[in-house]
Amino acid sequence: MTVKAKLATGYIKEFARSIEASAQQDWLKDLRRKAFEYFTETGFPTSRDEDWKYTDVKEVAGGQWSVANHANAISESAGNAVNKIVFVDGIYSEDASSLGELPEGVVVSKFAESGDNEVFQENLSKIVEPEFSGFSALNTAFIDQGLFIHVPKNTKIDEPIHVVMVSTGEFTAFPRLLYVGEEGSEAEVLEVFTREFEGPYLTNAVSEVKLEKNAKLIHTRVQRESHAAFHIGVTKAVLSRDSVYDGTNLNLGGKLARHDANLEFTEENGEAWVDGLYLIEDGQHTDTHSRIDHKVKNCLSHQNYKGILDGKSRAVFNGKVYVHENASGTDAEQSNKNLLLSNDARVDTKPQLEIFNDDVKCAHGATVGQLEGEELFYLLTRGLNQDLARNLLTYGFAEEIINKITVPSIKKDLDEAVLNRLHAKL
Amino acid sequence: MLLEVKDLYVAIDGKTILKGLNLQIKKGEVHAIMGPNGSGKSTLAKVLAGHPSYEVKKGEILFEGNDLLELEPDERAREGVFMAFQYPVEVPGVSNAQFLRLAYNEKMKHSGGEELDPLEFDDLLREKAKIVEMDPQFFKRSVNEGFSGGEKKRNEILQMAVLDPKLAVLDETDSGLDIDALRIVSEGVNKLKSEENGVVLVTHYQRLLNYIVPDFVHVLADGKIVKEGGKELALELEEKGYDWVKAAGN
Ligand SMILES: Nc1ncnc2c1ncn2[C@@H]1O[C@H](COP(=O)(O)OP(=O)(O)OP(=O)(O)O)[C@@H](O)[C@H]1O
Ligand SMILES: [Mg+2]
Repeated sequence: MTVKAKLATGYIKEFARSIEASAQQDWLKDLRRKAFEYFTETGFPTSRDEDWKYTDVKEVAGGQWSVANHANAISESAGNAVNKIVFVDGIYSEDASSLGELPEGVVVSKFAESGDNEVFQENLSKIVEPEFSGFSALNTAFIDQGLFIHVPKNTKIDEPIHVVMVSTGEFTAFPRLLYVGEEGSEAEVLEVFTREFEGPYLTNAVSEVKLEKNAKLIHTRVQRESHAAFHIGVTKAVLSRDSVYDGTNLNLGGKLARHDANLEFTEENGEAWVDGLYLIEDGQHTDTHSRIDHKVKNCLSHQNYKGILDGKSRAVFNGKVYVHENASGTDAEQSNKNLLLSNDARVDTKPQLEIFNDDVKCAHGATVGQLEGEELFYLLTRGLNQDLARNLLTYGFAEEIINKITVPSIKKDLDEAVLNRLHAKL
Repeated sequence: MLLEVKDLYVAIDGKTILKGLNLQIKKGEVHAIMGPNGSGKSTLAKVLAGHPSYEVKKGEILFEGNDLLELEPDERAREGVFMAFQYPVEVPGVSNAQFLRLAYNEKMKHSGGEELDPLEFDDLLREKAKIVEMDPQFFKRSVNEGFSGGEKKRNEILQMAVLDPKLAVLDETDSGLDIDALRIVSEGVNKLKSEENGVVLVTHYQRLLNYIVPDFVHVLADGKIVKEGGKELALELEEKGYDWVKAAGN
């Protein structure tokens, strides 16, 4: 038996059972079968793949997790947002979810109820294709639970929609989100990956976002998995004319975490922020890959990723900005700054610009540094003790990103997580 | 005695800067330290504050009779030593109010006083800001970030006002202040000084000493005090420069 096939055996059984039990439409089952086929052919990525060079997923691939079949009861994790949709170990939880009043025409529905929706059919798996990686293929093969949000033309949702994924045991979950914002729509979506269990498990998530003409989305993704868990996630947004995407990705948890944050401008005049913060400590590995495609004229992209590493931890940042031949008038900036709080932390950062047009404004840069001695001394001379002074400077370093978070409960958690870094469990 | 510096020798990166410095300060006194560029004034201030780069080769510093050199910089601050920096440091991403509240509360924790929550502290900060006529819009800005030279200096004195130190060493707080600001900040310092604390003014200019009148003026040259006198010494220096005192010191 080849390694690939061996790795896949657990999934083969689960897949067969899952598709058997499913009452899904044929088109969806076909999509899933094809994706699974692709997965069995390619398997998981290995460190021989350029994009996975620094992140070895052997342990993830070798893990034997089952797929949950019901939603466990949870306590606090979901918070008290007006609009919250909660999945426990990947399974939709009726009890924990609730929606406030939504404007007419807005669809927030589980995948189980979305199969006949045309917009759903048109877009699912078109933004993040199964072939993106072995993980996205597997996620697609296990499409079952999941959330579809559709905001119709010129409609604005005032209250943010929280999509909360809670892990409570040694399962693998396949969270999936499809967001389609029609012309002139506006919304804010938060995806929170959290846990009530400190052991190992695997989250394999895919989020697809499509913004039509002049649509706006604030998209915040908070990953705070257990420090023994594995998290592999992809987010991709596709932007039409005049649309605005403001993304912030916070990567705090996981023993090993990987997030691909991708975005594509398909029509002129779009503007996007793809920002993030990774904050890790001893024993954690976090990898952010990002690809921003300027395929058309006059789009603006901003990328500000900050990293804070403590203990023996490792971070990878790989950010690519592609400015295609037709994309004159592009304005792209990219920055990745890292703060190392220990001598055992290591970061590999590689911002990359690939420009195939002369009429563009692009800037990028990366830094790796430590806390500034003179800043630390200044705070000490005002009576702050070492820990507090260091934490405050660390907070200051991350503040630009933290302050993008507008939801008070998340902002407060994050403030505390950073300020009490030496004492708190993230 | 509030502060006693005895035969102090200090080096940085192997270079000896202070070479047998002596200084005594009692509560309620204002001392001015003047002297040429590079003579070691800021070195003295930083050694008092506990900067880790400076190595004390010889001598001792007693603060209220206790060995100051034993203490870490933050412990010194909580005991009541304050240094206003010649070049205040910018701390991006940390708001002035947040920073000052943490500093204030650390001090209160130490002295058994009452810690304040953000709202309570805001009231206190508004009161203190009046002393240096500082606009509350500076509270939410990052510490010193993008502040003009004069604004930074004013911010240092705001910190002094909040922390209420027993010994304040103001290293060229006057340089960079415009004429009105100099008056305002000086008046602020005058309000903050009392029979219970001591102030050390490091300055190049007699002008400051018209506002904050010193009890003693010391001239520091090449790492030691070469001349001491009353406030009239500053006038004399203004007139004659440093050469004559330097010569006398050798
Ligand atoms: N790291 C260092 N290595 C060598 N010499 C140093 C170092 N840091 C400071 N010095 C020297 O120490 C001397 C004293 O500096 P200090 O800042 O104390 O002077 P000052 O009296 O405050 O001068 P000014 O009036 O210009 O502020 C200067 O000659 C300076 O160049
Ligand atoms: Mg100086």
